[in-house]
Amino acid sequence: MAEKVLMKGNEAIAEAAIKAGCRHYFGYPITPQTEIAAYMAKRMPKINGVFLQAESEISAINMVYGVAGTGYRVMTSSSSPGVSLKQEGISYIAGADLPALIVNVQRGGPGLGGIQPSQSDYFQATKGGGHGDYHLIVVAPASVQEMADLTILSFDLAEKYRVPAMLLADGTMGQMMEPVELPEVDYKPTEKDWTVTGTQMKRKHNIVNSLYLSPEELERTNFERFERYKQIEENEVRYESFMMDDAEYCVVAFGIASRVSKNAVIAARNMGIKVGMIRPITLWPFPVKPIAEAADKVKAFLSVELSMGQMIEDVKLASECKKPVYLCNRVGGMIPTPEQVLESIKKMAGGEN
Amino acid sequence: MTKNILIAGFGGQGVLFAGKFLAYKGMLEGKQISWLPSYGPEMRGGTANCSVIISDEPVGSPIVSKPDILIAMNLPSLDKYEKDVVSGGMIFVDSTLIGRKVERTDVKVFYVPSTKLAQEIGAPKLSNMILMGKVIKEAGAVSYENLEDGLKKVVPAKHADMFDINLKAIETGYNY
Repeated sequence: MAEKVLMKGNEAIAEAAIKAGCRHYFGYPITPQTEIAAYMAKRMPKINGVFLQAESEISAINMVYGVAGTGYRVMTSSSSPGVSLKQEGISYIAGADLPALIVNVQRGGPGLGGIQPSQSDYFQATKGGGHGDYHLIVVAPASVQEMADLTILSFDLAEKYRVPAMLLADGTMGQMMEPVELPEVDYKPTEKDWTVTGTQMKRKHNIVNSLYLSPEELERTNFERFERYKQIEENEVRYESFMMDDAEYCVVAFGIASRVSKNAVIAARNMGIKVGMIRPITLWPFPVKPIAEAADKVKAFLSVELSMGQMIEDVKLASECKKPVYLCNRVGGMIPTPEQVLESIKKMAGGEN
Repeated sequence: MTKNILIAGFGGQGVLFAGKFLAYKGMLEGKQISWLPSYGPEMRGGTANCSVIISDEPVGSPIVSKPDILIAMNLPSLDKYEKDVVSGGMIFVDSTLIGRKVERTDVKVFYVPSTKLAQEIGAPKLSNMILMGKVIKEAGAVSYENLEDGLKKVVPAKHADMFDINLKAIETGYNY
């Protein structure tokens, strides 16, 4: 077992990425995730890796595209406005079926917004973000330990399915420190049959591209990609179920909102309200099944989010609107207190939400 | 046991450093901990605060909105957070910099002239660690034993010369 150290969430992402074999980082500074770039700037040159501060987010994501085409592990990180700038490149990477990690440490929006925590990029992360039919694998850490663990998982899944992955955190998760144990990763780059690393005149050359002028061919690539998405939906859903065994009410929350909600769930339980929580760890694929099962059991859902209500749509879809779904939210960089969530739980249990 | 601690003051007073020290000390004692700084456009002279939670249970929300322990290192911090402290909680006041008394009567208050004491031991910047010494003595969130271990984690190697004076500052506060 590795030693426990205190680390900021942002630093944990950076160190975990290095442990996972990532030797290429391209980024452009933006609060509240700059520690990732700073950490990479310090570490990469010492381990024969590449840290490059690009002239813009758009350059950075296209450098990621380039390295991804060679099959090496590569990442970029930014915060909301910067991630918007990256969307074109992300769509291209998805269209070219390449693995890469994009980290979004969200801040309030829209526009330049603020620098305080937010979860209002949920739609952008889970519904595509850029143009075209595509998904990212989206993971949502709720502790510094998960910032590290899910970074490693993201690299593995991205490579396994040839799909770009996004780690969707927020300013709180990025800035807070908690004890973290960085696992040793046994990663060895494998031979891949699709990389553009030179043929040495021994094989037919590979092409990395997202342009298909033949509609038949483009349709085929879309269908093929969605076959892989189906596998991901079947095999890679991750979530935490908290006090759900006898629950009559179900809170759904991820990331920092789930941390706040956990306090509220415990407080409500102490008051005799039978409430539990489902915490999506993967936002895409969304934990549809556990929520569908809960819909047959509980009386109502409460979606707790740092947005005007984005994940709530997926909760309604997953529960097929069998039960009411209420919203408890703060936005713009504000975070609900456990007391506010508790009030919403009490209202839900009293049926007057 | 869970202690929700809020340390607040001007940027540059070592608010985040003091919080980090408490967090590391707690972690080394086997407690569950979280540390969350305010982050913003403020630089030296602006306001800074940090939430530290030390608990026997896994930490839920890392945000301290109702502190059990408030350490106020300047007047704006006391003005802002005095009302938030839980009834029966503790407020530690740097009485060199804060002229007024705490108005609440349902909390325990400790007035420590920490800025003055720091100057007296020849470490004018360590008012923060003097207050930590007093917090350790009165609040019981972390123990006074093995101070060196916790301090080693937060005093960077390039500032190793600051180690002894930090230790002295904690002792000074503890014995005040």
